Amino acid sequence: MSISLQFWDWLHLLGHFLSLSLLAIGGAITTAPDMHRYLVVEQHWLTDGQFTASMALAQAAPGPNVLFIALLGWYVGLNAAGGSGMPWAWAWGLLGTAITMGGILLPSTTLTFAATRWAYQNRERLGVRAFKAGMAPIVIALLGATGWILSASQGSAAESWRLWLLTAVVTLLVWRTRIHLLWLLGAGALLGWLGWLG
Amino acid sequence: MRPTSKSDLFWSFSWLALQGFGGVLAVVQRVLVDQKRWLTREEFVEDWAVAQILPGPNVVNLSLMIGDRHFGLSGALLALAGMLLFPLLIVLALAAAFASIADLAPVQAALRGMGAVVAGLITATGLRLIGALRSNPMGRTLCWGLAGSTFAAIAMLRLPLVWVLLALGGLACTGAYRAIAQLEAHKNARQEAP
Repeated sequence: MSISLQFWDWLHLLGHFLSLSLLAIGGAITTAPDMHRYLVVEQHWLTDGQFTASMALAQAAPGPNVLFIALLGWYVGLNAAGGSGMPWAWAWGLLGTAITMGGILLPSTTLTFAATRWAYQNRERLGVRAFKAGMAPIVIALLGATGWILSASQGSAAESWRLWLLTAVVTLLVWRTRIHLLWLLGAGALLGWLGWLG
Repeated sequence: MRPTSKSDLFWSFSWLALQGFGGVLAVVQRVLVDQKRWLTREEFVEDWAVAQILPGPNVVNLSLMIGDRHFGLSGALLALAGMLLFPLLIVLALAAAFASIADLAPVQAALRGMGAVVAGLITATGLRLIGALRSNPMGRTLCWGLAGSTFAAIAMLRLPLVWVLLALGGLACTGAYRAIAQLEAHKNARQEAP
């Protein structure tokens, strides 16, 4: 795919990601639908396949899931260069990455830095203590809910019982033992690769 | 325990980010609480609550908070860099080299297998943190009621996170406020009595 981006288009891209940053409560992934609307449907800067590949690659690679946004910028850059085979395509890719990651991170990290510094300096205040104590059961339950939603997304327990079984075994092992997490991830990948998970 | 130096901070976050396939949270809890003991389980839950409420990627927020606490602004930036730098290079290299194999059937199946493991990792992280509720001023009944309602609202009813946090979170903070105020009043009354 080949597109032509002017200076103002890059600025627009930066502005859009800056504006999404403070809306990303619960993680950057919550703004993915809007990024799809903007980049694929509205501006035609990315293909559907490139958008999906960004999500899949970021899932497969180590690190925070927010890196799918780096890949979105990378592909916009490649498209602006006229395709991945063109000279200097990687430089345009890096420019796109810097713009999308900078945009999504700058406002939220600045706010986090200021807010958590204030909260730490005022940690003896009743309001701050109440916030932390009150939120504790809620964020713990959110972890359980996230695990549940991820399990449910792999299909019903009757149909994909092998995947559910794997999830249950991993849950028990991580909860009760100190087994290294990389072994478990490797085992999951291997079982899948061999076709034993259905 | 605390990071011995800024480079310890940077490399610790780099190393744990590189182990975090499908999300870094489970590894963060393992490494920072169980292994390095930079945080107690209770402190981790408190920090995680703050990181989760603020906008932006949760683990990125958490790394900023921990870096800032130990080494100020430069610590925050180093922890953030550790969390993002090497994973970013890897994911870009993957995109440049292997984008085309992501569609192959065995690769897809391997990713599904890793997805099932990640679901287990996150659930187990939640289970491991339940012990942190024992010292919660709200008491056992209220804690379990709030946790159960949150789970039902998000996992079963699939309500939007923002509304759940506003409604149940607001309720929880009010409950905690009253519980702590009561405990303090008791303590003061006891101190004043001869």
